[in-house]
Amino acid sequence: MTDPHVHPYIPNTAPEVRAEMLAAVGAASVDEFYADVPDGLRLGRALDLPEPFAAEQDLERHVSGLLARNVPTTERLSFLGQGTYQHAVPAVVDEVIGRSEFLTAYAGEPYEDHGRFQALFQYQSLMGELLSMDVVNVPTYDGFQATGTALAMAGRMTGRRRVLVASDVLPAKLSKVRDYVRVHLDLEPVVPVDGTADVAAVTERLGDDVAAVWVETPSRTGAIEHRLQALADAAHAAGAVLVVGTDPVGYGVLTPPAEQGADIVCGDIQSLGLHQWYGGAHAGFIAVHDDPRFVMEMPSRLFGLATTDVPGEVGFGDVAYDRTSFAHREEGKEWVGTAAALWGIAAGVHLALMGPQGMRDLGEVLLARTAYAQRALAAIPGIRLTDGAAHLREFAIDVAGAGLTANGIVDALRAEGIEPGVPAGEHELVVCVTEMTSQRDIDRLAAAITGLVAASAAESADTLDTVAIPEEHRA
Amino acid sequence: MSLPIAPKPAIRRFHQARWDEPVIFELSTPGERGVLVTPIEPGVRDAVGDVVADLPEGLARRTPPALPEMGQMRVLKHYLRLSQENLGADLNVDVGQGTCTMKYAPKVNERIITTPKLAAMHPLQDPADAQGALEIIWRTERMMAEISGMDEVSLHTQGGSAAIWANIAMIRAFHEANGEGEQRREVVTTIFSHPSNAAAAKAAGYDVITLHPDADGYPDLAALKRVLSSRTAAIMVTNPEDTGIYNPAIREWVDAAHGVGALASYDQANANGILGITRARDAGFDVCHFNVHKTFGTPHGSGGPGTGANAVSAALAPFLPGPRVVREGDRYSVREAGPLSIGAIGPFHGVVPNIVRAYAWIMALGADGLRAVAETAVLNNNYLMKRILEIPGASAPYATGRRRIEQVRYSWQELFEQTGVGSEEIGVRASDFGMHYWTSHHPYVVPQPFTLEPTESYSKAELDEYADVLAEIAREARETPEVVRTAPHNQTVHHTHHDDLDDPDRWAITWRAYRRKYPDAVGA
Repeated sequence: MTDPHVHPYIPNTAPEVRAEMLAAVGAASVDEFYADVPDGLRLGRALDLPEPFAAEQDLERHVSGLLARNVPTTERLSFLGQGTYQHAVPAVVDEVIGRSEFLTAYAGEPYEDHGRFQALFQYQSLMGELLSMDVVNVPTYDGFQATGTALAMAGRMTGRRRVLVASDVLPAKLSKVRDYVRVHLDLEPVVPVDGTADVAAVTERLGDDVAAVWVETPSRTGAIEHRLQALADAAHAAGAVLVVGTDPVGYGVLTPPAEQGADIVCGDIQSLGLHQWYGGAHAGFIAVHDDPRFVMEMPSRLFGLATTDVPGEVGFGDVAYDRTSFAHREEGKEWVGTAAALWGIAAGVHLALMGPQGMRDLGEVLLARTAYAQRALAAIPGIRLTDGAAHLREFAIDVAGAGLTANGIVDALRAEGIEPGVPAGEHELVVCVTEMTSQRDIDRLAAAITGLVAASAAESADTLDTVAIPEEHRA
Repeated sequence: MSLPIAPKPAIRRFHQARWDEPVIFELSTPGERGVLVTPIEPGVRDAVGDVVADLPEGLARRTPPALPEMGQMRVLKHYLRLSQENLGADLNVDVGQGTCTMKYAPKVNERIITTPKLAAMHPLQDPADAQGALEIIWRTERMMAEISGMDEVSLHTQGGSAAIWANIAMIRAFHEANGEGEQRREVVTTIFSHPSNAAAAKAAGYDVITLHPDADGYPDLAALKRVLSSRTAAIMVTNPEDTGIYNPAIREWVDAAHGVGALASYDQANANGILGITRARDAGFDVCHFNVHKTFGTPHGSGGPGTGANAVSAALAPFLPGPRVVREGDRYSVREAGPLSIGAIGPFHGVVPNIVRAYAWIMALGADGLRAVAETAVLNNNYLMKRILEIPGASAPYATGRRRIEQVRYSWQELFEQTGVGSEEIGVRASDFGMHYWTSHHPYVVPQPFTLEPTESYSKAELDEYADVLAEIAREARETPEVVRTAPHNQTVHHTHHDDLDDPDRWAITWRAYRRKYPDAVGA
């Protein structure tokens, strides 16, 4: 900084102040402060970075210009899910998490940051009601991490290594979880039957070396597990923990896993009031019963109620802080750090706005639209559903019978402004519908795929006509 | 009294908002609604019937969740009141949260990201529809590569500790790929490096060796050499450490690690004072990470989401998490992780709104601006240190007479010995003046610690105000210690009793647990 470089973000670049401060500390130049940085480690040149936009208006024009090259789902018809979901976000949610006081706070104490503690305690409590569980953490990074930690907890509690994976899991999630726990746990897939867990096969493979049975509901393809209690009974009989990975969006209408024997329930809250953000707005929850054997294995912050010197005042503090790596470094449970608190506040506001009736209505519209889309697409000749389970929000279709490939459908429909779903195999397409996807939208998708099937059939007929049918069979 | 208005007192007469707002469940009124859900179309209902009744047995929820029922404005008001009872960096002189780099998160960046062009993007859309997002990710990776000197960068992680985990996960994969996974079972860190270096290494299966500094507070190279061996997988260190002391032998540390075949991982949580001065590559590191929410000006979000930038040498690049953004000509596309990759570290591409904010922050400053950030953060720190050390009872243990980089871990030990008032009590009292204050990570190696990091964002007048407040509290500790001990006095709530928080029979982590455990409580 040889020349004065006064920047609006850096008040003490003002030359007079800078000189005054240097004089106050008795330094001739800022270089004195770097006396411990050896010359051999000095960069000795300016960083090679693009020319900056000093004026705010120019910066905004530049970055907004880049973003303008995006074509968002609001300008397409999107049936994309597989981890990130397009849901309605109430304006009040954005208003609250956009407040400077929440947006720019960090790690204050329960006094000056009382509001943050209360908002996150309420998030825990609102999730607790939705999930019928008494303990919910301050959010961790995402559902992947939440699941990795939930299984690691089960491993620590049981001292065992095997984990039976009873459901279809998103490949990226499986990748993260496997790498996270592989020192301590071995994941063993148990192939589902007709979309949901094969209870007999899981039971067969249970033993006194199994730490956990891991169920995903909805599964990778949106199938709702309907035999959780049987899985829980089998797991518990073997001394194993039932870990249920889930999306909380359906529990206004669906029975929460805790009422069917789940010991640890975990997942992602992006569906609860968060925009899609190109996959950049995820937060993980871990819920357990109010049992210290489980609670003391949780690595996350847990905010709890406390009294104060004044009757009627609601105070807060950290529950069982000694569990954490903040308290005891590597002797704590895993680790804790900056994670996803603001998204937790958002999810809390969302649940408060929705209330019991809103969550019921949402669950019902998701089930109804999903069922409608399943029927609409399965009615197309050559297309069938991959399983007979009940589905929430997502389901898979097999398009082989229509002579199509999943990628072929995606490529063809993108040209019409439709994202029809996510390929999960050569002929398997996972389609997602939410409350944002209307009957008309679904009808448009069905019509577009019907058009492709017809075109494919016509092409096949042409092909048959010209090539495949031997001459002697022709009329 | 008439005009003129009297001068302000020397110390601000702050009072935090006190709305005495109940827990939200107590605000419920049956039948009220906050938002409505789009209805099921008659055509859909006709086609599918009663989907809830048709659910498999036991799947339909029997009793609705006991969420509150509230009109929209009441929900808004409740949360806005809570926000007023919270002290964000935008409102206070946030220099008291050392190690956390509580700098200004520019408002223009909030306006830039608030667009469906970003918020309504799905990560699995056609890459042709995501060129803006992909280009910003790619450009930000390249800028982080230049700032660190490393070859390749991932922006996937959502916080500093997540980035530390990615570092150790890559190190583990590297040694396994070289057939040394079984042999290298130890990770070496220092007590003044962030606790997550030790904790993540342990979670990854390593035995952790923690080194203490030499008598003058400098990382102890001789101690390092004593513990390094063919069993060492990596050193994982912060520099400058949380004391604000830069390790002048950092190159020798890295060389010593390399000498036994270990990797060197650099936690750059404290990079704010060395941007453009010295780089991870210059000291020979294999792996490093920045806390983007600290150094690169994204808001801290009440505790996240943050963003980590993991930067690695070419040798480590194959182990980076995926998916990767790749540039071909002037087009950007997404490539799945390769065979050696640690795989997905989280969903998709990381906290994309933060990546865009960080990109805008760097583009507002450029190379000269980043250097001005570092130099001013260091100037501010040394200025504040001078002011703090003028307060009787405050000290800065270690490296006596030396300058510090971007922060200092101070001690009130002398004041404590003289008055019995400790650092944690001083911190609570600081909140009465509208200030954040933090002690230290545990364990308290520095007795009665406090850690101040002024960053580049606060004016000299604001630094003076912070120092004046601490001087005032130190004076109170001597003259009216009860005022400090019974603090807070000007806060949302009064002195809070923490005994119930460690007793499983009494703790209440949700409202439902509270009602169950305390059925006779008012409001429960």
